Amino acid sequence: MTAHDDLPAAARARQLEERLIAAGLTSDDEIDEFLTRLYTSASPVNGARMAVRAWTDPRYRDLLLSDGNAAAAQAGFDPLSYQLRVVANTDDTHNVIVCTLCSCYPVSLLGPSPGWYKSFAYRSRTVREPRQVLAEFGVTLPETVRISVWDSTSEARYMVLPQRPDGTGALDAAALTGLVTRNGLIGTALV
Amino acid sequence: MTYIAGTRVRVRAGDPDHHTRAPRYVRGHTGEIVTALDRWPLPDDSARGVVPPREEMCYAVRFFAADLWGSGDHTVTVDLWESYLDRA
Repeated sequence: MTAHDDLPAAARARQLEERLIAAGLTSDDEIDEFLTRLYTSASPVNGARMAVRAWTDPRYRDLLLSDGNAAAAQAGFDPLSYQLRVVANTDDTHNVIVCTLCSCYPVSLLGPSPGWYKSFAYRSRTVREPRQVLAEFGVTLPETVRISVWDSTSEARYMVLPQRPDGTGALDAAALTGLVTRNGLIGTALV
Repeated sequence: MTYIAGTRVRVRAGDPDHHTRAPRYVRGHTGEIVTALDRWPLPDDSARGVVPPREEMCYAVRFFAADLWGSGDHTVTVDLWESYLDRA
């Protein structure tokens, strides 16, 4: 992220804020408080904790895959402002998340979205040639692994449950959590 | 009407002159209902300030890449509101 990339978007965002404040719909203090609350709690560590719990507790895994919101609540998170749907990678299927219309994504569980996630290239190419896109992220999948792309066009937000890496049987939950990356939860990394 | 998982549906073709959440790349294409998600306000109405907006069931619909692009062995699942869809 560079300053010259950020400026036009920041200036547009500020203009929008000023219009909302002038219309009496919000205030600078309210916006600051909201953003502070969001960015102090939103982190990929949240999604990683849920993934690790699913690796180590089959009943939690079932809940995570059938009712993501209930699984988030059980992990101690505040109620989500979206429907969370979690899709699990298996030996046969690799999942990857995209939002072709904008940049939707479960911010509270993955942290602020990376710049590339909002890029036109990622959004347009992932639905068309995901195997090549993943290869550019360093993820080369065997031809036998099918790729399932999820385009977040509604009020649902998607998260990938990566597979637990081999050889991690001796690790405790904290060490396992350290293995899970934001990209793993989007599907652009294996874990 | 509620579509059950496995139902074949076709996304309505056409190019509305207002906001819609039916991506152009699936319009006119046939896919399969994966699951019903929930009932939510129709973005086409919300964006135009229609009060109250229609509230409809939204579905995850899976398409084969080969159908969308003429090549590729992956699938793409897109969330689509009921009025974007017809039974195929």
